[in-house]
Amino acid sequence: MIRVVLPYHLRNLARTDAEVTLEVPEPITIAAALDALEARFPVLRGTIRDHGTLKRRPFIRYFACKEDLSLESTDTPLPAAVISGAEPFLVVGAMAGG
Amino acid sequence: MSSVRVLVGTKKGAFILTADGQRRNWQITGPHFAGWEIYHLKGSPVDPNRLFASQSSGWFGQIIQRSDDGGKTWNPPGTKPEDLMGPDGMPNGKSNDFRYAGEVGTHKFYDGSQHPWEFKRIWHVEPSLTDPDTVYAGAEDAAIFQSTDGGKSWKELSALRSAKGHLWQPGAGGMAVHTIILDPKNPGRIYIAISAAGAFRTDDGGQTWKPINRGLKSQYELPDPDAEVGHCVHRIALHPSRPDVLYMQKHWDIMRSDNAGDQWSEVSGNLPTDFGFPIDVHAHEPETIYVVPITSDSLHYPPDGKLRVYRSKSGGNDWEPLTKGLPQQDCYVNVLRDAMAVDQLDDCGVYFGTTGGQVYCSSDGGNTWQTIASHLPPVLSVEVQTLR
Repeated sequence: MIRVVLPYHLRNLARTDAEVTLEVPEPITIAAALDALEARFPVLRGTIRDHGTLKRRPFIRYFACKEDLSLESTDTPLPAAVISGAEPFLVVGAMAGG
Repeated sequence: MSSVRVLVGTKKGAFILTADGQRRNWQITGPHFAGWEIYHLKGSPVDPNRLFASQSSGWFGQIIQRSDDGGKTWNPPGTKPEDLMGPDGMPNGKSNDFRYAGEVGTHKFYDGSQHPWEFKRIWHVEPSLTDPDTVYAGAEDAAIFQSTDGGKSWKELSALRSAKGHLWQPGAGGMAVHTIILDPKNPGRIYIAISAAGAFRTDDGGQTWKPINRGLKSQYELPDPDAEVGHCVHRIALHPSRPDVLYMQKHWDIMRSDNAGDQWSEVSGNLPTDFGFPIDVHAHEPETIYVVPITSDSLHYPPDGKLRVYRSKSGGNDWEPLTKGLPQQDCYVNVLRDAMAVDQLDDCGVYFGTTGGQVYCSSDGGNTWQTIASHLPPVLSVEVQTLR
């Protein structure tokens, strides 16, 4: 089971807690984690990744273990600490600035 | 006993204002979808408890919400609370899947190059006049979508973009289908308007479209003031009893057509300025129309700091200011294109919302006004349902 932390607006949309736990089939990559998240909460489809292209939306970031994984290939395996459940995978709404 | 329900979309959520037919005492609920931009929400004329809302965010994109109980509870179409809580029977998550049909194609971009259409958000939802499951959505980048399953899935009526779409060029506010009007007497006829592209009409349910911009003149905005497309149409309105008579607030100029948009003529008359965004028609007097003049394209606030609705009882040209109950000094708000509406009560109510978060109501056709909400987020849209 991996832990995924959602931003405020997406947890409201999905009507869930900030942190959700997901069973993700191996290999446990960024894409696999997001696939599992969207399968569990279909209302999130299109809010993190575009429909069709599955491209990350511009103001979404993926963090884990103090690293920014946003620009990594989505086929990149998640860090071992995320896979073990010791650390969460964070879906983050980027800072607005200003 | 009649009542009214005012649906207000704002930059930080939706609000629902209700009152009985007297329209004196108001209750406000909300914010619904707190923190999200609600460009527009509107009820089905067939089933007034069915409401559709466009919810969007620069971060998280587009969501469509639907209520089947008059705005008490909401769900993205195709979902139910019990579905979301159980491990099985999950909805398919298609209600926000707006894909351009076929070859995506290109439009003219700011730098003059051709640029592919990119979906950004839904500006306007327009429920069918006859079927509660059919609803239209106006998109940025400009396109019209149709759902026939209550908003669960959407299909583009892509022929619109064949109406010289390669020549459309976004203005500073983007390029969006912001106005959709369904002809109550001719089921195949739909009017739409697009900022910086113009007005368009289909007579066959969206299979073919044509520009209807003859007579519009944009001498300061276009190199050819009489161009077939490119005019910045801000809003169109009609009275259901005479759907061939159209009123338009263009960027500058109030326009009127008596032949379904085939030809327009200017009816700005004695207005202090003919720049503005909304325009609407009295519920029972097809020649009585309302606009809110704004100083200019460079100064998006009322002239002289005085918020004045102007009314013409002659279908244009002769206008009178309506000021009783509206701020007449130090007022520098704007009223956006989708932020005016009328109710259907015998003494027609007129409503509008401002970028300063006020919503005003006149229960006597505009003669006097009351503030029915004072401190909402900037108002993007106002719709009214008359409930009997």
